[in-house]
Amino acid sequence: MDRKVGRASLKFERPPVIESSASVVGKKEGEGPLGSSFDKIEEDGMCGKKTWEEAESFMQQQACILALEKGKLKKEEIRYLFAGDLLGQLIATSFGAGNLEIPLFGLYGACSTIGEALCLSAMTVAGGFADRVLAVASSHFATAEKQFRFPLGYGNQRPFSSTWTVTGSGAFVVSDPERAKKGLAKITAITTGKATDIGAKDSMNMGAAMAPAAYSTIARHFMDFETDEKAFDRIITGDLGEVGRTVLLDFMKEDGHDLSQVHMDCGMEIFDKESQDTHAGGSGCGCAASTLSAYVLRKVVTGEWKKILFVPTGALLSTVSFNEGQTIPSIAHGVVIEHME
Amino acid sequence: MDYIKAFLVGGVICMVVQAIMDNTKLMPGRVMVLLVVTGGVLGFFGIYEPFAEWGGTGASVPLLGFGNALWKGVKEGMAEEGLLGIFKGGFTATASGICAALVFAYLASLIFKPKMKE
Amino acid sequence: MEVNKRLYENYVKEITPVHSRWKNLLWAFLVGGGICALAQLAVNSFMSMGMEKDAAMAWTQMLLIGSSILLTGFNIYPKLVKAAGAGALVPITGFANSMVAPALEYKVEGQVFGVGCKIFTIAGPVILYGIVSTWVLGILYYILSLWNIGW
Repeated sequence: MDRKVGRASLKFERPPVIESSASVVGKKEGEGPLGSSFDKIEEDGMCGKKTWEEAESFMQQQACILALEKGKLKKEEIRYLFAGDLLGQLIATSFGAGNLEIPLFGLYGACSTIGEALCLSAMTVAGGFADRVLAVASSHFATAEKQFRFPLGYGNQRPFSSTWTVTGSGAFVVSDPERAKKGLAKITAITTGKATDIGAKDSMNMGAAMAPAAYSTIARHFMDFETDEKAFDRIITGDLGEVGRTVLLDFMKEDGHDLSQVHMDCGMEIFDKESQDTHAGGSGCGCAASTLSAYVLRKVVTGEWKKILFVPTGALLSTVSFNEGQTIPSIAHGVVIEHME
Repeated sequence: MDYIKAFLVGGVICMVVQAIMDNTKLMPGRVMVLLVVTGGVLGFFGIYEPFAEWGGTGASVPLLGFGNALWKGVKEGMAEEGLLGIFKGGFTATASGICAALVFAYLASLIFKPKMKE
Repeated sequence: MEVNKRLYENYVKEITPVHSRWKNLLWAFLVGGGICALAQLAVNSFMSMGMEKDAAMAWTQMLLIGSSILLTGFNIYPKLVKAAGAGALVPITGFANSMVAPALEYKVEGQVFGVGCKIFTIAGPVILYGIVSTWVLGILYYILSLWNIGW
């Protein structure tokens, strides 16, 4: 049977498989280093819709539909949908994937949402509560800027520590190993993160605010499974960016773990910071989700990477908490994804 | 000569503000408020007006000048109408600027759409 | 691992890259100065057309505001600010940009609650604190002048 491991982890004896996945991104992401790997690139930031929010919803829904198509599945075969985005009251989800008429769990984990969705998907499937579920997360540069920062037309100078919200979405079909028509990779374990608050207050330096959460979850995973970085081909964070990566590596070093060779950050892979002027890297729910689908998962499928720890991080702030002078708590969820023979 | 003075005065003011922004975490919105209030206070102490006379647009175009204009309006209003002028003066002096910004911004909102940053 | 919050703040400051300060300052100086010099050109031209100085100043201000709004509409002004920072934010053109940007962004949320409210999100505080502070100074000046203190 599946079992509880340590304080915050689960190990699946019959690991659920990722049956299919798809990614949809915006123009800038399509021009980045991973451009050719994405399933679909929307050239128009508005996707032909009237508002940025509708555009994000559209992309999220597209990602879901593509994931189903690629797996030759019908939406009726999906029992539950675990979906989330960055916007207030999850409007991108309600008007996006929510439209698919699949029983929905709306999730908020900021940029870690896809990690949270995959954890819950795996638990639901492994627990026998569903044969097949769909996990999806999205973000959009314009909706995020509008909600968290300034209107797009307002001029400002972004500091080098700031990140660039990815316009995009990634969707994953997680299925029971015996019911799946095919399997790209399997989810063998998860470690749930806790809200971590180190007192960071600079919303233009999210990497520094979130790195302690990534550290906390990775350290917890190592402790729970009595393992270390050598067990993994890659330990992949979502959107720590350059500053966050430095913090994470330094923290892990304090504990005697050297992650410099094994660590990868989706935000640093998705853009070329020199030519695309994205400063510390990409961020947002869509960053980790689309990179996992388009790049990471492919490496696991081919077997180039046998076992990875996927740890997307999220900054749990709102404009209200920020204006009221609160700190920025953060969270990270760990998902172990392994190659299937 | 006018132009050189305006260029130097305006340039130096902007440079100083840039230095403040780079060295603190002040958001641009707060900086703008700070400038206007500072302009008003400098005007109150009778410092800004002679400076503006000398520096021309270099002193009047930055938001400091907007603050000074508000103060000048209050002071002139007071001279003409006493207490009532204190209430009327600020808006009177800056009416054309604020009105232009509002009207043009509104018209622009009818014509233009927001665009993605690249 | 327990981390002292103050220590963490200093540590993050240490490892965070900063803009190249000199380049920023130079850009702010050049663009800020340039806008003011152009304004001077406008004032002088208006005056040579026989306008009073005050009127020339007012027309120039409106010209600046209009240009900034037009440039924002064509997505040029944000690029200017990105390079010039305070050089483009501090002149009155920055104030105009801060009005038109939310007006464009929020028009999809309606004429009243979209454009109407949000047009003031950044510029509103400038007007509010400008008016309130000079009003307070006005009252102070008034009281002082009752005691025959003034300058």
